[in-house]
Amino acid sequence: MDYGAASPVDPRVLEAMMPYFSDSFGNPSSIHSRAFEAQSAMKTAREQVASLIGAQPGEIVFTSCATESNNLALIGGATRYRSRGSRIVVSNIEHISVLNACKELSKQGFEIKYVPVDRNGIIKLDVLEELVDDETVMVSIMAANGEIGTIQPIKEAAEIAHGHGALFHTDATAAAGKIPLGVEGGVDLMTVSSTNLYGPKGVGALYVGKGLRMRPLMIGGGQENGMRSGSENIPGIVGMGKAAELAEEEMEHEAVRLTRLRDGLIRGITEAVPESYLNGHPTKRLPNNANIRFSYVEGEALILSLDELGIQVSSGSACTSKTLEPSHVLLAIGLRHEEAHGSLVFTLGKGNREEHVEYVIGQMPVVVRRLRSMSPLTPEELR
Amino acid sequence: MRMYSEKVMDHFRNPRNVGEIPDADGVGTVGNPVCGDVMAIYIKVKDDRIEDIKFKTFGCGAAIATSSMITELAKGETLEEAMKITRADVADELGGLPPIKMHCSNLAADAVHEAIKDYRKRRGEG
Repeated sequence: MDYGAASPVDPRVLEAMMPYFSDSFGNPSSIHSRAFEAQSAMKTAREQVASLIGAQPGEIVFTSCATESNNLALIGGATRYRSRGSRIVVSNIEHISVLNACKELSKQGFEIKYVPVDRNGIIKLDVLEELVDDETVMVSIMAANGEIGTIQPIKEAAEIAHGHGALFHTDATAAAGKIPLGVEGGVDLMTVSSTNLYGPKGVGALYVGKGLRMRPLMIGGGQENGMRSGSENIPGIVGMGKAAELAEEEMEHEAVRLTRLRDGLIRGITEAVPESYLNGHPTKRLPNNANIRFSYVEGEALILSLDELGIQVSSGSACTSKTLEPSHVLLAIGLRHEEAHGSLVFTLGKGNREEHVEYVIGQMPVVVRRLRSMSPLTPEELR
Repeated sequence: MRMYSEKVMDHFRNPRNVGEIPDADGVGTVGNPVCGDVMAIYIKVKDDRIEDIKFKTFGCGAAIATSSMITELAKGETLEEAMKITRADVADELGGLPPIKMHCSNLAADAVHEAIKDYRKRRGEG
């Protein structure tokens, strides 16, 4: 139950990609027939990705991953339109690729403002309203958070941005293919990842609204309308296109199925384990995400214990991160450090069934009880 | 997960000497919940030797395994010998720890030293 970290490539996606590794290996910049095959495949993929988010094919820029798309949007957009202002407003629960791009921009003289979120992880629109001014070049608010699953009011946020002439970017890495997304709502720039759609890694996309241009981060032959040079990753792009097409077809049905599993998992665990609580919003959350905290125990120890039972999950604990800092998202929703340490992220996916949820609900109390029996923080009544 | 040695996993799965000693002669507590690790070591001392030792730990796999290992290393040792056990000794006995865990979760030796200091203090030797 760790689909948020990485998803397997759908076999139908892999099948679509295969010919482009060997038979149809053309470089779309050439003019012979092989090149034409590659051009045509890219055209289809562009249409498929555009369709998923309600965009025009010409507005899709393929990149190497969601991190690159976020960098291109933030750094490429802010520097390209610097004359419009030097303030950038982002939420404090953005992905690290947005936050670190902002750190880089602050070194270049941009002023970064962070919008806080409430206890459920929803951005405070009134604070956003105060922070966005006529000097604001860009506002970036994620469509949904991959860790606590919270879905953000991006339409309202985009209106605030546009009210001051700022560009609006949304990182839809976790949301795309899970919930309906439309760029018609006033989004200027949108990041979409391939792997979160059951597509291959090594490819992503940035929607760049008509008439806008990003200053490129990769300089070269001018591919992707001059915004992303470099020979195209044709198999990857074809795979992302196919994944987007399947996501669009199957999303509605899959969202209903996953929401039912998710709610069963949340209810089952929080009922079976004393002092366990849901992090994030109870209903405004991604269909596949459950984030639960367990008092008096630490997340990495929970992960190791569950892994032994064949259950894979993630944690917001510092002990599982490279920086030894707990998740900035969990601290942003007001959790204390020790509460963040004891939080687990369950991200459901195509392979999960009712029996998996039942199994996890059955094992969770056993695992938590064992670790609590060892913990000096556990109060007497729970031992 | 392969980040830990088989020995670490063994001590994590089957920790030795878990629990508290209600009438302990010395107690050492190190770490804090903010960092993600809290260890409490309880000792019974007889004839200047650690006769019994138990631990309670809130923390990651490495924190639990190092706590378990230190109880094995310290049990039966004289207080002087136990004071000489280092963090590196604990990590070595466990077949190594991931570099990032060497400082944050390898506090068990400190906890034993604190418990011995507590014992000596109670005896008016501190």
